[in-house]
Amino acid sequence: MSYQWNWDVFLQPTAAGDDIYLGWMFSGLKMTIGLSLTAWVVALLLGALVGVLRTVPNRALAGIASGYVELFRNVPLLVQLFIWYFVLPELLPQSLGDAYKQSNPILQQFLASMVCLGLFTSARVAEQVRTGINSLPQGQKNAGLALGFTLAQTYRYVMLPMAFRLVVPPLTSEFLNIFKNSAICSTIGLLELAAQGRQLVDYTAQPYESFVAVTLAYLLLNVLVMGAMKKVEDRIRVPGYLGGK
Amino acid sequence: MYEFDWSSIPGALPFLWDGMRVSLQITLIAMLFGIVWGTLLAMMRLSPVRSLSLFAAGYVNLFRAIPVVMVLLWFFLIMPSFIQQLFGLSAGSDLRLASAMAGFALFESAYYSEIIRAGIQSVPKGQLSACYALGMNYRQAMQLVILPQAFRNMVPLLLTQAVILFQDTSLVYVSALADFFGAAYKVGDRDGRLIELLLFAGLVYFVICFTASTLVKQLQKKYRPA
Repeated sequence: MSYQWNWDVFLQPTAAGDDIYLGWMFSGLKMTIGLSLTAWVVALLLGALVGVLRTVPNRALAGIASGYVELFRNVPLLVQLFIWYFVLPELLPQSLGDAYKQSNPILQQFLASMVCLGLFTSARVAEQVRTGINSLPQGQKNAGLALGFTLAQTYRYVMLPMAFRLVVPPLTSEFLNIFKNSAICSTIGLLELAAQGRQLVDYTAQPYESFVAVTLAYLLLNVLVMGAMKKVEDRIRVPGYLGGK
Repeated sequence: MYEFDWSSIPGALPFLWDGMRVSLQITLIAMLFGIVWGTLLAMMRLSPVRSLSLFAAGYVNLFRAIPVVMVLLWFFLIMPSFIQQLFGLSAGSDLRLASAMAGFALFESAYYSEIIRAGIQSVPKGQLSACYALGMNYRQAMQLVILPQAFRNMVPLLLTQAVILFQDTSLVYVSALADFFGAAYKVGDRDGRLIELLLFAGLVYFVICFTASTLVKQLQKKYRPA
């Protein structure tokens, strides 16, 4: 093979002349991180809510929550993303849809990606939250109710403080997944890490360098997230429980 | 309000079915190869030979740390020229399907190997000792005693992973390969009916995956490991 390696390509000015190619990579990395973190907030809030609803003794609420989880788990992420990005604006009321379509295209891509990743991940978070709540000894709930707490109070003061702590370690892999899944958003044109990598290939014809750099960036993100979650897990682990001190 | 028009779907069904066959082919090949290579990786990971277990750990962690889109891009943009040079094929030959299969197979084997490793470890250690005491060697013990039980325990997880894999095959979209989703997108784009085709594709995926995962759940209940 006669491939010309050229690692200096990252320091060359871009074709647009506004930056060096390394700058593109960094802006892609920033977009990936920003998107993943905002989507993670959405996923945690919605996932916690839906996960709790799945365990309540009310068939209608539990049924809705379970339908929500099945819906988001059984449609491919790419299809969901295209539905949020291409289909939803058409189904909104005329004025709202038009306002959305006239807004900044980058904002549109970001919002669609954030909502899509957030809801997709929230279904998985909900499953973990449900598992966490169900793993609590049944006696805790009964004790709460016996002491005269309402069901809401039992959840609020007895079960959830415990369940949310137990659920942190399994959530680490979902948090890692959201960073990896964000690469799919390059398909609607959002310039995150993977998209910047492909753009670099188009402009410089140096695919190996570009892909090695992007792959290393994902590895780095992976290591950073795992390190951060390890710290959180250490702080939050429940003494006496599996993995506790 | 948007006016739905579903009329372009019936005529496009044969084309969509061709796409679905591509999706299923990729899923099946990647699953079979992934389980075989995943089993080998899991055995390497658990092997006392340090270099083997390090290699397997590195392989699994590498593939689990990078997005599947990135793996596919590697395979689509870089592998075809590599394969062409390796086998002396002409530059025009379309290797996207082969690349997609190879990419998914190597990627999924990392996930399969973790499932299989857990399955092997779920078999009590005493059984391996019992095999040795009966005079079996490692290969016999694995083949006749450990793996059959491990696989029985793992079947639901392996099938669940296959459902995830089937969903992920839609990502071959990045290479414009006409799998089911790619076909639906093309038809929608051609007829100006992208909205309907995207919703239709979502519905089809949902029905298939929901049915499959419901069946897996029932299987799991029926064959709950003792």
